[in-house]
Amino acid sequence: MILKQRSTLPGFRLTLGYTVFYLSLVVLIPLSMLFIKTSSMGWDAFWQAVTSPRTLAAYRLSFGTAFAASLVNVVFGFIIAWVLARYNFAGKKIIDALVDFPFALPTAVAGIALASLYSSNGWVGQYLYKMGIPSAYNSLGITLALIFIGLPFIVRTVEPVLQDIDAELEEAAASLGANRWQTFSRVIFPVVLPTLITGFSLAFARCIGEYGSVIFIAGNMPGKTEIAPLLIVTKLEQYDYAGATAIAVVMLLISFSLLALVNFIQHLASKRIGMS
Amino acid sequence: MKAVQIFTSIAAIILGFILTGHAFAHQVTLLNVSYDPTRELYEDYNKAFAKHWKEKTGDDVTINQSHGGSGKQARAVIDGLDADVVTLALAYDIDAIAEKSGLLPKNWQEKLPNNSSPYTSTIVFLVRKGNPKNIKDWDDLLKPGMAVITPNPKTSGGARWNYLAAWGYASRKFNGDENKAKDFIAALYRNVPVLDSGARGSTTTFVERGMGDVLISWENEAYLAVNELGRDRFSIVIPSISILAEPPVALVDKNVDRHGTRSVTEEYLKYLYSEQGQEIAAKHYYRPRLDAIKKKYEDRFQPVKLFNISELGGWQEAQKKHFADKGTFDQIYGNN
Repeated sequence: MILKQRSTLPGFRLTLGYTVFYLSLVVLIPLSMLFIKTSSMGWDAFWQAVTSPRTLAAYRLSFGTAFAASLVNVVFGFIIAWVLARYNFAGKKIIDALVDFPFALPTAVAGIALASLYSSNGWVGQYLYKMGIPSAYNSLGITLALIFIGLPFIVRTVEPVLQDIDAELEEAAASLGANRWQTFSRVIFPVVLPTLITGFSLAFARCIGEYGSVIFIAGNMPGKTEIAPLLIVTKLEQYDYAGATAIAVVMLLISFSLLALVNFIQHLASKRIGMS
Repeated sequence: MKAVQIFTSIAAIILGFILTGHAFAHQVTLLNVSYDPTRELYEDYNKAFAKHWKEKTGDDVTINQSHGGSGKQARAVIDGLDADVVTLALAYDIDAIAEKSGLLPKNWQEKLPNNSSPYTSTIVFLVRKGNPKNIKDWDDLLKPGMAVITPNPKTSGGARWNYLAAWGYASRKFNGDENKAKDFIAALYRNVPVLDSGARGSTTTFVERGMGDVLISWENEAYLAVNELGRDRFSIVIPSISILAEPPVALVDKNVDRHGTRSVTEEYLKYLYSEQGQEIAAKHYYRPRLDAIKKKYEDRFQPVKLFNISELGGWQEAQKKHFADKGTFDQIYGNN
């Protein structure tokens, strides 16, 4: 008689099969089309398409602004998450709902709204321009749009973790003689850090590919304020499908390695506090 | 939004098939894939045509519209959007459909009169009321401190007409000296603070954001801005010479034959050249071809000296020389 070890949960094979099938259909097949289209161009053409000065400038801009915007969001998103998780006050539900707005708003609508707000005759822009801070049609404008888009990613990943931290943990820290700053920096922060990194990478990944909201505030000057997704659209507009997918493939590879790096850092961070 | 449009179009077509399947209902549905600024024009025209077709044959015809950037729309048709007719901003985009998908023959432009362009337009300047910077001609756009708004010719079909209009002026001015024309264009684009991705985007930047001293624009878009947003805010300046913009129309043969809608689609395009069709075009500030209608709307369209795109070697040639990678436009920005 053969003793077969069974999982306590039934339906493993069925659900795994379904998972693989569904992922292939929704993610892998579309992604593989990207590589197939790109492979229709030769290596030289590929290399030329992805390393021209204009393309490199677009990569720098897209990754740089996405990085800056996500950093800003990590700081201020954390504060919002903290407020939402820790305090009760009138109007909390409204603030909670507002955080999700960037998720729900069509990106083009967001872009038009931001451009009219921050351009030189906009509500906010007129004062910023007077102070010598041009807030639209440059990399600052792009970053502002990306901050808007990325915010809910941080708040929504950090908030549940903050809620889950037991008050006892803080009380224990206090009774062991930690002051409030020490309680925060040595007890709470290390628990939240891995989630902050996750939130950062989600926001970052989203910002890199953002087109709709950025395009209206970017200025779109070749080599200066031209984001990588616009370059892809430009290539498509010339019916250069292979050139467009080539740029996309490189963006995908860079994003993938960055996310892998972030995951690795996160792994180290969680190991330090003994959860993994 | 486009996905929704495509979905509704497809749904409408399927519905059309179901309805035509019934013997009692002679209901035909067409899909006209067009570009952005023709929205209002075709809304009116479709109503007029449905009435005309009903009178002529007794059948009902429903025309669905799809609008978007001209190049985007062409790609949608190449990728399978089931258009019966395409009415786009430039011949190059319909050429691309013919070449990449074979849905219509390469000589499609010879099938209808006037290069298959029932109405025309041209490129003009929209300036702030009273023309404070005193802009009269293309040369004025190069002055230091002038801010010129025009979209990116790499992403916008309309912007390519703008670029070529300026190029045509420069190459005349310098008797065909190409290097001088290039310098002229480069100086012009140095005065462009924002390159929007589409023509409507540029109009918004100029009108709503208050950026720039002058907007280079299609004549019909300029009139739309003046009439909808106030005569007290903008005026139109006609340059000494501009390009004859011919937005072409074409029947997508293979789709039409599959749908069995040839007779009604042919009539749909032919009717654009009729007196009624021409009048609707003129009402929407497209220049009519028919002399009678031209005369009727004489005071609306100021006379302009126009040159034809064929002078620059046609669209294929112009595209390759100016807007392809490493073309003259890329050279302006020192990119390759």
